[in-house]
Amino acid sequence: MQNGPDIVIDVEGLTKSFNGRTVVRDLSMQVKRGMIYGFLGPNGSGKTTTIRMLCGLLTPDSGHGTCLGFDIITESDKIKRRVGYMTQRFSLYEDLSVRENLEFIARIYGVQNPANAARETIERIGLRGREEQIAGALSGGWKQRLSLGACTLPDPQLLLLDEPTAGVDPKARREFWSEIHSLAAEGLTVLVSTHYMDEAERCHEIAYIAFGEILARGTVEEVVSHSGLTTYNVSGDDLFPLQTKLEHTQGIDMVAPFGNSLHVSGRDAKELESSIKPFRSDKKYKWEKSEPSLEDVFIDLMKRSKDNFQ
Amino acid sequence: MMRLSEIFRADGFLRKVFAMMLKEVLQLRRDRITLATMISIPLMQLIMFGYAINTTPRDLPTAVLLQENSDVGRSIIAALKNTKYFAIKYQAKTPYEFDHLLASGKVLFGVEIPANFERGVRRGDKPALLVAADATDPVAAGSALAALSGIVQTALVHDLGIPDAGTPAFEVRTHARYNPAGKTELNIVPGLLGTILTMTMLIFTSLSVTRESERGTMESLLSMPITPLEIMLGKITPYVGIGIMQAALIVGAGVLMFHVPIVGNFFLLAVLTTLFIATNLSLGFTFSTLAENQLQAVQMSMMSFLPSMLLSGFLFPYAGMPLWAQYLGEIFPLTHFIRIVRAVMLKGSTLADLQFDTAMLVLLMLIAMGIAVTRFRRTLD
Repeated sequence: MQNGPDIVIDVEGLTKSFNGRTVVRDLSMQVKRGMIYGFLGPNGSGKTTTIRMLCGLLTPDSGHGTCLGFDIITESDKIKRRVGYMTQRFSLYEDLSVRENLEFIARIYGVQNPANAARETIERIGLRGREEQIAGALSGGWKQRLSLGACTLPDPQLLLLDEPTAGVDPKARREFWSEIHSLAAEGLTVLVSTHYMDEAERCHEIAYIAFGEILARGTVEEVVSHSGLTTYNVSGDDLFPLQTKLEHTQGIDMVAPFGNSLHVSGRDAKELESSIKPFRSDKKYKWEKSEPSLEDVFIDLMKRSKDNFQ
Repeated sequence: MMRLSEIFRADGFLRKVFAMMLKEVLQLRRDRITLATMISIPLMQLIMFGYAINTTPRDLPTAVLLQENSDVGRSIIAALKNTKYFAIKYQAKTPYEFDHLLASGKVLFGVEIPANFERGVRRGDKPALLVAADATDPVAAGSALAALSGIVQTALVHDLGIPDAGTPAFEVRTHARYNPAGKTELNIVPGLLGTILTMTMLIFTSLSVTRESERGTMESLLSMPITPLEIMLGKITPYVGIGIMQAALIVGAGVLMFHVPIVGNFFLLAVLTTLFIATNLSLGFTFSTLAENQLQAVQMSMMSFLPSMLLSGFLFPYAGMPLWAQYLGEIFPLTHFIRIVRAVMLKGSTLADLQFDTAMLVLLMLIAMGIAVTRFRRTLD
């Protein structure tokens, strides 16, 4: 096989703890080649730790698996050569210029003509004219482009992107995602972590991780339909008093304001129906049955998981 | 103008000062290394200045070359020992060995009793006792040489059959080798070469790894296919060049401005200086892998720089220190380099004379590199 195995990431039972606190618990996942795999979850849920274990930056306490067909524990050197890892925090040299940073990376990875490779990357990420600018002086969006350029320069087979769009404006985010899609179309596999729900919907598949465990996985549609959540959309004026009342009503698991409407969700459809019945008689509000949003699903998953932990 | 009391009352002045104070103390409490430095630096200084350093050193290593075996000779040797300034460490068998002992720095003094010395004494010829002193360090040699004149009067009073003419029975002919004029700058400039290189080289590399971790670039670097050995050599090598430039500057200024000679082989000096630079860079790199941040790295460098300056023989005579301090001094590269650079520049010593110190520099460098490569965290665990 020219581009390695069809299952790019295949890990089982990964566990990692720091100072007695388990950050990732018995995590298993499989990612197919050419896939954009979204890794979602709240802060501190273990996304970064998992990504670091995949590229050999952290050694799992237990568990095993392969990345690009190489053992993540014993063959991390081989993995590093074929993986592009974009860290959450900008981690290129702030006191080197754009060109110097890229040439450094090209040399480390043994790229044939470092100057040429750097020039091509600068062209591709649209940083032409800024080659000699010091990386530290770039704006957040440009830094992010440079980081992506840096980790794709050595022609990796897998990209691990750790919250690549944090703090980047919507336009830059959109351009970033179209770049990711074109890379995936070329056969590159991408694992990307994010908190943004709209970004999750740009992924082929997602996994939702909280408290170190994967709580849901599949396509966005699958995750939503498997959630078992029933949701009503309430619109009308003066929603806040209603929200407070609903929050304290048995059978309603979640009430979340969305602009001029409320999302009211329950895990048990029948229970939810009977709970909201008294409120529906108030003609001030308009009730409509709707699909739960991905965010509703995730918040609910997180709550449930938290209940299990406490 | 605001009065002091108004400043205090104004706008919660004291409360804010207190808040800041509390924050500083809390941060300091978490920084164990800084706390350790605060306690250990004064203690270290006290112990070294109090116990280790002696500006009128005694028991200086001395070699004797007996060209004849006589009672008079033995009496003189005994008298030398009695001054407490000389400790007879070697009995040289040939003049060549005698010279080698001095050139290699194994002894600071060489006492030669020439042939027919006793006969000369008995005949009242006032023969000369030859004393060669290693004057590269004028301070170390000075007080011992002064004590020599005393023994001329007293060494032979108990020996029978020595004509007592009211004048000394022999004379002492001292030869201050390598630095006959006793100029201190001849000693200081080569020493400075070692001291300056130690300080700058340690700081350069000790910051190199901690800087990567502090700026967050370490995470990227570790995710790349590069090994700790490659990182270390890549980080050390450019500074070797800087070190060589610095050394050339100091040696050049020493020769031009202070007229310090380079008696020995210039090439040997260059090679051993490069070795010394590399040793210090490796040591600094080791600190870099042990320290958690740049401040700690600098503190570690200072913690090693201070004792090496005091115990290396740069400021105070090495031979005058108690044995424990001498052993402690051996673990610092500077100690060995000071011997090497003084020997090559002032005495014209060859590599054969300096085998031990050269080997020690290589050994210290390998130990430091070994620790650095094994301590270097390849993961973020």
